[in-house]
Amino acid sequence: MNIIEAIGGRELFTQGDVACAYGALLGGCTFFAGYPITPATEVAEAMSRLLPKIRGVTVQMEDEIASISAVIGASWAGRRAMTATSGPGFSLMMEGIGYACMTETPCVIVNVQRSGPSTGQPTEPAQGDMMQARWGSHGDNELIVLAPNSVQECVDLTRLAFELADRFRNPVFVMTDGEVGHMREKIVLPAAEEIDIRPRPAPSTPPGEFVPFKAVKGKVPEMASFGTGYHTYVTGLTHKESGLPTTDNAEEHTGLIRRICEKITDATDELTRVEMDQDDGATVGIVSYGISSRSAAGAVRLLRAEGMKVSHLRLVTVYPFPERVIRDFAAPLSRVLVPELNLGQICHTVREALDGAAAVEKVSKIGGEIITPDEIVEAVLSSGEPVKV
Amino acid sequence: MRREIRICGFGGQGIILAGVILGEAATKAGFQAVQTQSYGPESRGGAARSEVVISDGPIDYPRVTKADVVVALSQPAYDRFAGDIVSGGAVIVDESGVTAEGAEVQPFTATAQEVGHKIVTNIVMVGYLGARLDLIDPAILEETVLRNVPPGTEELNRKALKAGQELFAAQVS
Repeated sequence: MNIIEAIGGRELFTQGDVACAYGALLGGCTFFAGYPITPATEVAEAMSRLLPKIRGVTVQMEDEIASISAVIGASWAGRRAMTATSGPGFSLMMEGIGYACMTETPCVIVNVQRSGPSTGQPTEPAQGDMMQARWGSHGDNELIVLAPNSVQECVDLTRLAFELADRFRNPVFVMTDGEVGHMREKIVLPAAEEIDIRPRPAPSTPPGEFVPFKAVKGKVPEMASFGTGYHTYVTGLTHKESGLPTTDNAEEHTGLIRRICEKITDATDELTRVEMDQDDGATVGIVSYGISSRSAAGAVRLLRAEGMKVSHLRLVTVYPFPERVIRDFAAPLSRVLVPELNLGQICHTVREALDGAAAVEKVSKIGGEIITPDEIVEAVLSSGEPVKV
Repeated sequence: MRREIRICGFGGQGIILAGVILGEAATKAGFQAVQTQSYGPESRGGAARSEVVISDGPIDYPRVTKADVVVALSQPAYDRFAGDIVSGGAVIVDESGVTAEGAEVQPFTATAQEVGHKIVTNIVMVGYLGARLDLIDPAILEETVLRNVPPGTEELNRKALKAGQELFAAQVS
């Protein structure tokens, strides 16, 4: 059965969570392991319904630590693999995510963010895990983090996440939230004949000559899946290019960790996806991501209807953080507002990137309701210098 | 054109499904639509809210800001969610179980019981709202209802939808 037959059509009115499952299939995912948690459970439900139809496997594990571990194992066995969770489960997965970074294991993690800390408000949306996405696992590492704001983007960005995970041999996060996850909108999927899923390519050198953690092109090594005739040693300990542990050599450790970080940061421009809506002459701007970007777009519409000038930059890729794009965007601005469903997270990263070039103000909201356009309008009008009309 | 509809009631009354059907039917009729929902952790009881925004252009903010129509099927949901209406907007409550000064009253539950079972109260309300909004071809609405209800319940739901449409027709005639 092809993927579109398994899904049951190309044009559907469905939820963000289910759309993440569709995007996963389009990205070549054939293995899902997870543990149910509101508001991410519908991802697991959809995967358990869909994967058996395309000779894939969905496993409900005993917890989230087991889930991420199973995903890492499946990836080494040659499968494109995903898990989905929310805040409490994301916290549990952090050890495995660090292991995936260190072992350069491609995998996709969907976090349908809910209100925290701890078990918080299970059914309410939040954007409180954004710093954790970047800094949650110990040691130096880099993550690729995408933030969809619509149901269609849940399809498109989850599909993209698999491509990036393979290309960079790294975990990729799809950071959605309870609002986008449970929201329903129309989606359009590609025609079956436009879907071209190929297995992960084998290394360009034969077994015997292959060095598993030596980067041959750029800073990303080729990957030899288990069972394909290659010998690969996989460990979370600092390792040589052969894969064997080396735990007391500063040069080898520095070389490895710099390489696994730089393979992502060197590609920042290539990985950056933003939506830029600049207004000539504006001195105030909004930097947004995820569901709050839709509130921001509403605020921009209302402000411009009143004849005011305001610019808007939406981050689709949140990490690696697009510092250069943000600096360019803010160059003509004196104030930048950052609306978020938390008490202030990405606003800090924006402030660091701008380094005083513009005043950065947070527009925070927690408790379960998303930010309204009016609340952003009020924040734009209430402080700082008057908005240019 | 942007229409904002909020449907609320107890969890278990089919509030979310009613919004899903309206949203899906609107997209089949060529509009853009977003359905959002909020509910507590309990699967029955509690206050459930389903919102649908229908537009002929892209929809940025997905939630209702000022509702054109609010339908409340329970008192707690009315008390909590019936505010924020556009001027000239309508608040419609079910005759059974909701007391609301100044609101329009419709016999959704009683009509559902007449057609066979109060479990289809939500579909009676969808029929009424569909006719009142007058945006979606009734054939598209019916097709959408039938695709979203459990097999074996099609006839009951078809009758409920028709009864809801007639409720509105009787009101305007």
